[in-house]
Amino acid sequence: MNPMKPKTFGSNQEMQDAEKNFLYRRHQRARLAQSVFQLTTLLAVIFLATLLVTVVNKSMGYVVVENKVNPATLSDRPLSELNNTELAQILRENLRKNRVRTLERTGFLEDQSQSTLVQLVEAEIIQPEVVESYNLFPSLINRSKIKADAAVSYPNAKVEFRYWLNGVFLINSMASQPELAGVRSALLGSLQLILITILTAFPIGVGAAIYLEEYASHKSRINRLIQTNIDNLAGVPSIVYGILGLALFVRALQPFTSGALFGVDGQNGRTILSAGLTMALLILPILIINAQEAIRSVPDSLRQASYGLGATRWQTIWHHVLPGAMPGILTGTILAISRAIGETAPLIVVGASTFITSDPTGPFSSFTALPIQIYNWTTRPQPAFQHIAAAAILVLLIALLSLNAVAILLRNRFAKRV
Amino acid sequence: MEDMNQPSKYVIETRGLNIFYGDFQAVKDISLQFERNRITAIIGPSGCGKSTVLRAFNRMNDFVPSAHATGEVLYHDQNINHPSVDAVQLRRLIGMVFQKPNPFPKSIYDNIAWGAKMNGFRGNTDDLVEETLRQAALWNEVKDNLKKSALALSGGQQQRLCIARALAVRPEIILMDEPCSALDPIATLKIEDLMRELSQNYTIIIVTHNMQQAARASDYTSFFTMDTDRAGIMVEYNETSLIFTKPKDQRTEDYITGRFG
Amino acid sequence: MENTARITEKRTATAWKKPVSYNLQKKTRPTEAIIQAFLLFCGVVSILTTLGIVLELGKEAWLFFGDPEISVISFLTGTEWQPKIGKFGVLPLLNSTLITSVIAIVVALPLGIATAMFLSEYASPKMRSILKPILEVLAGVPTVVYGYFALTFMTPLLRGIFGSQNVDVYNMASAGLVMGIMILPLISSMSEDALSAVPRSLREAAYGLGATRLETALQVVLPAALSGIIAAFIIGVSRAVGETMIVAIAAGSGPNFTFNPFNAAETMTGYIARISGGDLSYNTPDYNSIFAIGLLLFLITFGLNILSRAISRRFREVYE
Ligand SMILES: Nc1ncnc2c1ncn2[C@@H]1O[C@H](COP(=O)(O)OP(=O)(O)OP(=O)(O)O)[C@@H](O)[C@H]1O
Ligand SMILES: [Mg+2]
Repeated sequence: MNPMKPKTFGSNQEMQDAEKNFLYRRHQRARLAQSVFQLTTLLAVIFLATLLVTVVNKSMGYVVVENKVNPATLSDRPLSELNNTELAQILRENLRKNRVRTLERTGFLEDQSQSTLVQLVEAEIIQPEVVESYNLFPSLINRSKIKADAAVSYPNAKVEFRYWLNGVFLINSMASQPELAGVRSALLGSLQLILITILTAFPIGVGAAIYLEEYASHKSRINRLIQTNIDNLAGVPSIVYGILGLALFVRALQPFTSGALFGVDGQNGRTILSAGLTMALLILPILIINAQEAIRSVPDSLRQASYGLGATRWQTIWHHVLPGAMPGILTGTILAISRAIGETAPLIVVGASTFITSDPTGPFSSFTALPIQIYNWTTRPQPAFQHIAAAAILVLLIALLSLNAVAILLRNRFAKRV
Repeated sequence: MEDMNQPSKYVIETRGLNIFYGDFQAVKDISLQFERNRITAIIGPSGCGKSTVLRAFNRMNDFVPSAHATGEVLYHDQNINHPSVDAVQLRRLIGMVFQKPNPFPKSIYDNIAWGAKMNGFRGNTDDLVEETLRQAALWNEVKDNLKKSALALSGGQQQRLCIARALAVRPEIILMDEPCSALDPIATLKIEDLMRELSQNYTIIIVTHNMQQAARASDYTSFFTMDTDRAGIMVEYNETSLIFTKPKDQRTEDYITGRFG
Repeated sequence: MENTARITEKRTATAWKKPVSYNLQKKTRPTEAIIQAFLLFCGVVSILTTLGIVLELGKEAWLFFGDPEISVISFLTGTEWQPKIGKFGVLPLLNSTLITSVIAIVVALPLGIATAMFLSEYASPKMRSILKPILEVLAGVPTVVYGYFALTFMTPLLRGIFGSQNVDVYNMASAGLVMGIMILPLISSMSEDALSAVPRSLREAAYGLGATRLETALQVVLPAALSGIIAAFIIGVSRAVGETMIVAIAAGSGPNFTFNPFNAAETMTGYIARISGGDLSYNTPDYNSIFAIGLLLFLITFGLNILSRAISRRFREVYE
């Protein structure tokens, strides 16, 4: 027998069958694997859906509200229709003298705005309390049972459907009762903080990107060091930036960040300015990397044309490279900013306060921010806080989605032009 | 410094020019002279270093980090690679038109106005734009929509715009690197006519792969080829009519008759 | 064409003339120099940031270890973290960081690779254009929201499945699982990049030998992309180790040296967040300790990042 001859099966027919079988099994395996891959990919979609549903589910539903004092006993008309004098009158009659004096420390009750007075009456006298709250799905499914249960357990209470994310939630500031708390000061804090972050990070980030792409020779050691360093900084945990911010901005640069240097009477460095600068350092690497990519995408022929006309380096960059790269740079900046808006850990470390009822008054004021509020409310034991945390998360997600929509629009316009 | 009234015969001269990309020598020992208000063509097979030499004349090779040169390039007897030379000013005096049309993504008007303004032009920009576009034989085609994006022009029009753009900064020399390679025959002829027209006022150095173009449009022709190390060398340099009728070197003859191998 | 010359003559006088001088003497351009200096400064800011991190963390950590009660050895090997009685052993914190990270990676790595595989080898362009933005959104969700998700969804789910007597209200498993979801998009997108960098010719060679799509993907493409995927894995670990909000919210507060993922135990990052969240006074062991832990965290993650970059650079070189 020839040893080189391929091994054969007993008969031709048998051989064909075996081969067919083998091929069939291979195809079957391939199909099975494909469905497995498909399913796991679907999991990512399911995770996102679950996350969103969880938040929405918590953000609305039935609540059982019990008032400490029935509003009808205070006045025969609805509170919102009363004028300042009447409201102040109600406050004086129902509150202890001490409390009234505390409230009047900044001015007479009568001089406050009507809506403030209504809020005061609600918070100080009526003191509505959510004694029972339900998520959206149970509210939809067990509506009658919820009402029946409430009627038995809390005969004086009212059952109402509540959207925790509502107008009052947006204009109220932090309060110790969840039903009165809102995100106003947190939103303003986030806004001012991001403003400082952009103003610092954008010029430095774009400047660094220009330097690395247009000036630095890619061979020199210092430039390679800068580049590698930026790439690695992008992966440093955000809380480490927080610690750096604490040591550098809050503590070492306290005279500057507290405003003492500028004659502002700041007590410490735990200010919006410190937080904004910390956040700027945090997003700087992302911003630089994105801007570099945008600058790199500007065709070299434009630079050549410009230099060929006798333009200097900066004239070339300013008139041709930057305009071409700007949509890409802006998109990248928006993405970096959305990262900054959601960051929580560095703010905790540089000392965002969690209980702030007044609006931030500028770079040297202490502050709270949206993600800090979410964190704070999430960690409170009372269930009602979980609902307002969900409402605040919705606010945050909506803000992020709109930012990203802008980024996508920019990207599309960019894609069309090139 | 030179007196404008008695200009030297040669505006650019190279002496023993060697250019390297890293360790690779792209061209070897090039010595050439270019006469005022003449058109000189550089021809030769692909990769023999024509563009490299051309870009050495206005120091565009500065932007290739690995490139460096030895030998001399003299512009009105000044060595342009001397550290005291201002490359920006040099490029304003020696303009360049590239192989692929590369207008700025701006309007036709701004494409022309930008370079001039940047170089200190303070006159009437409208006049300058019109005049330059007429010089580049583009005026009639674009005069009604000067505000249109330059990118909306055809390839041939874009290339003439790029020439106009170079003219607007008032250079003395115009370097052209295969300016017609992306154009159809009619657009090519237009550009050749234009070169003739311009040669009354400008010195033009053009790299081309098109033998007829060199024969038709240039006064002098220089033939480059590669030696055994793949480094570019200059084989022959003479009046165009002589190069194409009585080449001295066998390699030149082989190349222009298409027997190049 | 014919009128060009005439126009040239007529107009050159009115417009501007050719240069009057061939002088090439270098001009001084102060603005150019100032701008370049500013840009260089911008580039150097990143170096300063790194130096700042190393120096500040190092300085405070030095003070921390300068306390005669605390030595580096006892810090790294001690199994008890109780600042009140002067016990600063980082192991309980490190341990729970590792447990949550391992859980996260166990979730994210297989799912991430399978997703990448599907996206790069199977999905139609249309499908990709739907799935990729979804993954991007998942990657863009702030971690505090993931923390909320862990506490209000994952923890009740785990307690429902395993019994609330077995699973603490705050536990490492919940935090780890949700952290896995958080880093899934990162791993899948990095792996997908690695897979699609494998040249087409390699796939075609395999198909040409009669391999099925699965055989090509698993036996040809995956091995070729392996170092890219390893780099993704390492970056994933680094992200998990440094993640703060999910563990701060869901894993529990208070160091606890336990290997049971259903127990509450504070991680390094969780500890830093809790300690610095209160009103922290400077120069106390508490204050200094967050720098010591921060330094450890920085060294771990920076090391992992460098490692990952080195691996993926080697990978890129193969295909260039
Ligand atoms: N930026 C560069 N880096 C390294 N080598 C280069 C670079 N540019 C050109 N070269 C090399 O230098 C040699 C000459 O190139 P050059 O572009 O000058 O040739 P050319 O004669 O203009 O060719 P073509 O007719 O194809 O345009 C070639 O071998 C080329 O590979
Ligand atoms: Mg060329």
